[in-house]
Amino acid sequence: MAKVIVYPPTSMILSDLVDRMGHKALVVPEAVRKLATANDIQSPPLNVTPEEPKKGLRYAAVDVPSGVRGRMALIGPIIEEAEAAIIVEDPGWLTGCAGCSRTNELVRLLIRTKGVPLLDLSYPNNDAEAKAFVKKIRAFLEGLK
Amino acid sequence: MLVTKYVITSPESDILPSDIAMKIYGSGHKVNVKETCFGVVINGEEDVIAKLVKDIRMLDPPGIFIKDRGFPPGDPRRCRGRRGGGARPGFYMIESETKLLPMISRALAFEGDAPDVPDKEKPLHLKRLEEIIKEDLS
Repeated sequence: MAKVIVYPPTSMILSDLVDRMGHKALVVPEAVRKLATANDIQSPPLNVTPEEPKKGLRYAAVDVPSGVRGRMALIGPIIEEAEAAIIVEDPGWLTGCAGCSRTNELVRLLIRTKGVPLLDLSYPNNDAEAKAFVKKIRAFLEGLK
Repeated sequence: MLVTKYVITSPESDILPSDIAMKIYGSGHKVNVKETCFGVVINGEEDVIAKLVKDIRMLDPPGIFIKDRGFPPGDPRRCRGRRGGGARPGFYMIESETKLLPMISRALAFEGDAPDVPDKEKPLHLKRLEEIIKEDLS
């Protein structure tokens, strides 16, 4: 079982397909859960403490907007853990954790430069593309076993 | 450790959120279940949820999709009942991807050889662009 990071990191379709094929999908909600449900909430309501921007500093300089560093505090450790990656081209409607274009550029760059097996795709627009989309993901994930 | 998962049904699936909720109630496991318009949110111990997710998927393997969620169901930091209405943050991503689910479900159910689809046209590679510029300027 390989740890596969998916981009967009909040994608339901990608995380489901990875889990379905017997691997572990690395996604942002897991990182959010660790903060939001910790027993010792130090900084309510979301438990984002001064430590989070410091973690983000490992991936982005201090003059980079705090939104980027804050997001990288969640996504950066996931990228470090990844053993493989699936990147789906930005569909243009990403929101929330994945709603910052500059962070997304940095995330894609860090994944690509990490040197793990990588699958590049784009979201399907019709049935034929969807079949090819699922086929490529299935073949990629089976190759990781 | 308590974990929370979304169970989302494809719009073309015959399974209703209430069917999934009844399946979970019938399983006898101690989990919290919240029905929503697009599926259910379940919250419980990690090993129990992992087993339950496998059982739920069996209801309609290509038509049920599972996603992790950070906040527990009904959490006041996310529940729209406490936030003055409107969609909960994160719903927009689910809404956008739900439009693709019928296609993905049909693709998962398809057992033949998927037809080859030509790759989408990509922007000119930087090296090729440099070559063109050098050819034109030399």
